[in-house]
Amino acid sequence: MSGKDSAMAYWKANIRIILISLVIWALVSFGFGILLRPLLSGIAVGGSDLGFWFAQQGSILVFLGLIFFYAWRMNRLDREHGVDEE
Amino acid sequence: MDQFTLNLIFVGASFALYIGIAIWARAGSTSEFYAAGRGVHPVTNGMATAADWMSAASFISMAGLIAFVGYDNSTFLMGWTGGYVLLALLLAPYLRKFGKFTVSEFIGDRFYSQTARLVAVLCLIVASLTYVIGQMTGVGVAFGRFLEVDNTTGLLIGAAVVFAYAVFGGMKGVTYTQVAQYVVLILAYTIPAIFISLQLTGNPVPPLGLFGEHQASGEPLLAKLDQIVTELGFKEYTMHHADTVNMVLFTLSLMIGTAGLPHVIMRFFTVPKVSDARWSAGWALVFIALLYLTAPAVGAMARLNITEQMWPNGTDNAAVSVETIENDEKYDWMQTWAKTGLLGWEDKNGDGLIQYYNDASPAMQERAAEEGWEGNELTNFNRDILVLANPEIANLPGWVIGLVAAGGLAAALSTAAGLLLAISSAVSHDLVKGAINPRISERGELLSARVAMAVAIAVATYLGLNPPGFAAQTVALAFGLAAASIFPALMMGIFSTRINNVGAVAGMLAGLLTTLIYIFLHKGWFFIPGTNSFDDSDPLFFTVKSTSFGAIGAMINFATAYAVASMTKAPPKEIRDLVESVRIPRGAGAAAADH
Repeated sequence: MSGKDSAMAYWKANIRIILISLVIWALVSFGFGILLRPLLSGIAVGGSDLGFWFAQQGSILVFLGLIFFYAWRMNRLDREHGVDEE
Repeated sequence: MDQFTLNLIFVGASFALYIGIAIWARAGSTSEFYAAGRGVHPVTNGMATAADWMSAASFISMAGLIAFVGYDNSTFLMGWTGGYVLLALLLAPYLRKFGKFTVSEFIGDRFYSQTARLVAVLCLIVASLTYVIGQMTGVGVAFGRFLEVDNTTGLLIGAAVVFAYAVFGGMKGVTYTQVAQYVVLILAYTIPAIFISLQLTGNPVPPLGLFGEHQASGEPLLAKLDQIVTELGFKEYTMHHADTVNMVLFTLSLMIGTAGLPHVIMRFFTVPKVSDARWSAGWALVFIALLYLTAPAVGAMARLNITEQMWPNGTDNAAVSVETIENDEKYDWMQTWAKTGLLGWEDKNGDGLIQYYNDASPAMQERAAEEGWEGNELTNFNRDILVLANPEIANLPGWVIGLVAAGGLAAALSTAAGLLLAISSAVSHDLVKGAINPRISERGELLSARVAMAVAIAVATYLGLNPPGFAAQTVALAFGLAAASIFPALMMGIFSTRINNVGAVAGMLAGLLTTLIYIFLHKGWFFIPGTNSFDDSDPLFFTVKSTSFGAIGAMINFATAYAVASMTKAPPKEIRDLVESVRIPRGAGAAAADH
């Protein structure tokens, strides 16, 4: 693979990871925390429901998971495509 | 030892620590002044970012906002943390790779336009300056309450301390003082929360206690809270009452605004590598989450504690008496805070009791008629006192109160320093070196950065002493500007090779002006009362409140930039090469060596 193609492939792979991460980001906050809360109202969590938990705690925990996953995955992707910092 | 001495010891010791760090971490070069020599460890930078980001609003106001509204204000929790996902995935690594010193410098270089750079500088200075006013007033309030000095003296002491470490230390001094300030503020926030969670639920971890059992009643804490507030005519704590469209847009505006605030972005210029910038965003959110997961617990538990104190025999029986409030030591906090004018009660019907209830609720009006009440008698309860008064409400020992005083000051000072640094680097690097005198020497630029910092502190102190009437509303303005102008420009600069100079400038101006005009239409032109044509209870555009408009401003920015760029000439090859190089981590060290 030439440098140009490899750079393209690296960028495409990065965009894919970003898109998947942002779908999850939106799902737990705007989705479970706000819009889909009525659907989750049957699942009780300590005096309230799952939607309330996502709005006050769950979304923050998922955000954390997402950022660390992205850092780990991208550092591996950098090495696979030979664009990491020596 | 009396409370005043304890407060003095805690605040004095923390200030001595910050000054000590300032002397140790003195900046000798522009690279140290703007970016701490790019040698900050990602975890250290994460901690500094957390202190930089968490302001008086997060420390003092947020739990109160949640306590008195409940679920609907979860928007602050999700909005102010979700922005870090955008920052980590869309901005931080690429801007670190770019390897320059200011946010506006990236915009100027990427869009090969001095106009774009100056528009960015303008947005940056307006956003940061409006934001810093709130921090300075917060410093004055905390001093006034805990050290019994007047507001002015308190503010001047605070300004002198920031001056000492920010002017001499630059980013290097600010980074290490922010680390110390983070430790102070997180201890101050979590220790009282742990005590209170133990008292109420028996669980020492506040976020678990929130979803745990209320020990006195054996019911889940949140169910108990819903019950007790509805008995007094207030809305259920855990239920959704707000307009859904606004909740979504407000959360999104806070997220985009967070990711676009220059003083946060520039912290990621200080780490050695691109991969460090990615990790560092994660560590920043870890340290932020420690406070943000505690805040909703603090809010709910404080609401329960206060309501139970006002109705010590249950909501069906007699309310607390004036005599008890004045004599029982459990109610000392009410006396202390009444002196500040932020808490007040009045026995309207002269029955010697203070009834606290929602007098706008029809069911409560019926009960009031039966019992001879003449309206809610807890007439004034400023939400901002909740966190500061919390240890006293829960009868915690005096040293905890001293710690909270030091913590509130740490939150306000660390954010003020970060904002002042963003302003001074924009002035010295973008205006002085970038526009006025490009051939200025390194020493000259460092001196101008220090002078700019000193002037910025003087302006911020003046505005803190004479806060414009609109101080509280300007935070919406800061977030609106960051969301509508800075974030989209940065993102398009990285993710599109097609957006050109005209497109970017048109987009930024369109986003900026629509957001500004929308806020002014609802809050009054330049926030002058009475000049507004609409009100946030019945807004111009569907149900979108002016505080939620930042997200729409951002969309207008994106759309305008794409439309204009597609009709005009594509960017030259060297700009496309610049974008390609920003996207790839290799060579970040070399980029830094240019300076």
